[in-house]
Amino acid sequence: MSGRRIFARPARLGAIAPYLWMLLFFLVPFGFVLKISLSQTAIAQPPYLPVFDLTQGAAAFKTALTALSLDNFRLLVSDNLYVFSYLRSLVVAVVATAILLVIGYPIAYGIARLPPRWQPIAMMLVIVPFWTSFLIRIYAWINILQHDGLLNQMLLSLHLVSVPVVWLSSDSAMYLGIVYSYLPFMILPLFATLAKMEPALEEAASDLGAPPLKVFWLITFPLSLPGVAAGVLLCFIPIVGEFVIPDLLAGSNSLMIGQTLWLEFFTNKDWPVASAAAIVLLLLLVAPLVVYDRLQRAQLEGAR
Amino acid sequence: MPLLRIERVVKRFGTFRAVDGVSLDIHAGEFFALLGPSGCGKTTLLRMLAGFEGPDEGRILLNGKDIANVLPHERPVNMMFQNYALFPHLSVRDNIAFGLKRAGMARSEIDARVAEMVALVKLEGLEKRKPDNLSGGQKQRVALARSLARRPQMLLLDEPLAALDKKLRESTQFELMELQRRLGLTFVIVTHDQEEAMTVAGRIGVMDSGRLDQVASPRELYEAPHSRWIAEFVGDVNLFDGEIEAREHHRLTIATRDAGMLVVAEPRQGVRKTTVSVAIRPEKVKLSRLGPAPDAIASQPINRLEGIITDVSYLGALTTYKVRLDSGAILRSSMANTARIDIDAYNLSQRVVAWFTPDDCLVLEQ
Repeated sequence: MSGRRIFARPARLGAIAPYLWMLLFFLVPFGFVLKISLSQTAIAQPPYLPVFDLTQGAAAFKTALTALSLDNFRLLVSDNLYVFSYLRSLVVAVVATAILLVIGYPIAYGIARLPPRWQPIAMMLVIVPFWTSFLIRIYAWINILQHDGLLNQMLLSLHLVSVPVVWLSSDSAMYLGIVYSYLPFMILPLFATLAKMEPALEEAASDLGAPPLKVFWLITFPLSLPGVAAGVLLCFIPIVGEFVIPDLLAGSNSLMIGQTLWLEFFTNKDWPVASAAAIVLLLLLVAPLVVYDRLQRAQLEGAR
Repeated sequence: MPLLRIERVVKRFGTFRAVDGVSLDIHAGEFFALLGPSGCGKTTLLRMLAGFEGPDEGRILLNGKDIANVLPHERPVNMMFQNYALFPHLSVRDNIAFGLKRAGMARSEIDARVAEMVALVKLEGLEKRKPDNLSGGQKQRVALARSLARRPQMLLLDEPLAALDKKLRESTQFELMELQRRLGLTFVIVTHDQEEAMTVAGRIGVMDSGRLDQVASPRELYEAPHSRWIAEFVGDVNLFDGEIEAREHHRLTIATRDAGMLVVAEPRQGVRKTTVSVAIRPEKVKLSRLGPAPDAIASQPINRLEGIITDVSYLGALTTYKVRLDSGAILRSSMANTARIDIDAYNLSQRVVAWFTPDDCLVLEQ
């Protein structure tokens, strides 16, 4: 009887550990941010009001509660700056994810069709650049793209252009940076689904009279959709909130929501509005996750 | 003109010759089996017929035309894959209709053909199911219907029954034969199971190490194998190595190391070597307590060996015995259990006489 207890307890602890982790490091901080998003900015330390102080008694806590309001969320909706930031973030994420899919799919497909002994080497080549610090790689791109950088020198020496082209501080530079940085996150899940696909399926399709392109569209692509969904989500969600790449490579005339958040928080010291912006962003990102979850469930049901 | 002619075909993978100079004719309406152990090249040969591999040497002619440059999707040949390769995202109906749609058939025609195929393999009511929701036997039927739907000139079957359990496999073998006869199609089946090959096929080609060793009817393959290897691969066999001592009246007397002097019938084509093997199938070896009946001895010389029963395996329809001869060699015998209550059954350690006629023996030179 005692033996059973000894084993049961750590097992139970193991089962709740992930929830404890989520509670401590996700839900509690989220509660803080939510509370700040309902507060008003103030020139104080911390820079918002009201501040809950449990030592002042229940009455003071109640008056503090009444001071909370949705004003910051109203501001987000009414001020074009924020609406445009959200829209730009979504557009950038959609466009970049689409480019990533178009570039990543053939690479993943090519690697999955290599002889098995070459596959790990090819995957290493995809991953190896990511052992260098992310910031260093982005700065390297700045070096390549700048006025007298490698790219312009090459174009000039090949006489493709007569004056240096302005690459930096443009949307193309930003897309280049994003696609470059996120490519492995697209390739890895795609490779995983394509590599485990039974080769006989493609052979069966061609045996039944489908030319190669039809084989791809009717068999390979539909069967790789779980990998496509995983890759798209793995890229789309972090790109929406991306801050560093647009800040270093894009122009300053239109901002992504990550940059707007940073400005509100560090330049304007408006913690409440920044918090509200963060919460709206979170809600925007939960939507595609819910859709993905539904799709997976439907697939599991279908497989049963 | 044969439907299919394979001429000295060679297929190499690196330095390994998977198919090593195979020539073979297959005629329209035939049920042909390629039989061999795994890695013998039979599947590679089949994949060359489907167009998934190209021959490095030699030619493959279909209706007299070289099909080396005809891509798989343009060949009038369909294949049933070993693990069925059903499209998991398509329903049973769409799996069967896949090839018909590629052929550009009209919708109404497709519907009619799918219904016909579904009825042919008895899958009525399962048209909307996805392959994952089917049993092994049902999947096998869908794969068969899908590969037959385009009415190919030749159907290739790659170990089509390997994934089924024994009972289902046997009933499916008969259904395959019945289907092949009814549709009048040419079937080429690849299998490692000699019983399956002998059951379904009219002719069998035995492959080993990329070569086609013998092409023959099931009976010929079993009763007159070309080599020791085939004799051992197709069914059970007792083999005794020896030297030819005498040759008279179409009888050879062979001195064997393990079974003494054996008198065997001389093969029609004669024997060139003097060092040979004598092969006797276990069911041709009779056991008795006292030896053969006198009238059996009168008509022809009889090979008579004595030994002790060391192993008895009761298999239902027959019982197999292992007899340790006085030389120490093991002789296998199998006897049909023709009576329900067999008072003649032999027991372990019993001393018996094993005998067989010269005509029951086969002389093998290699």
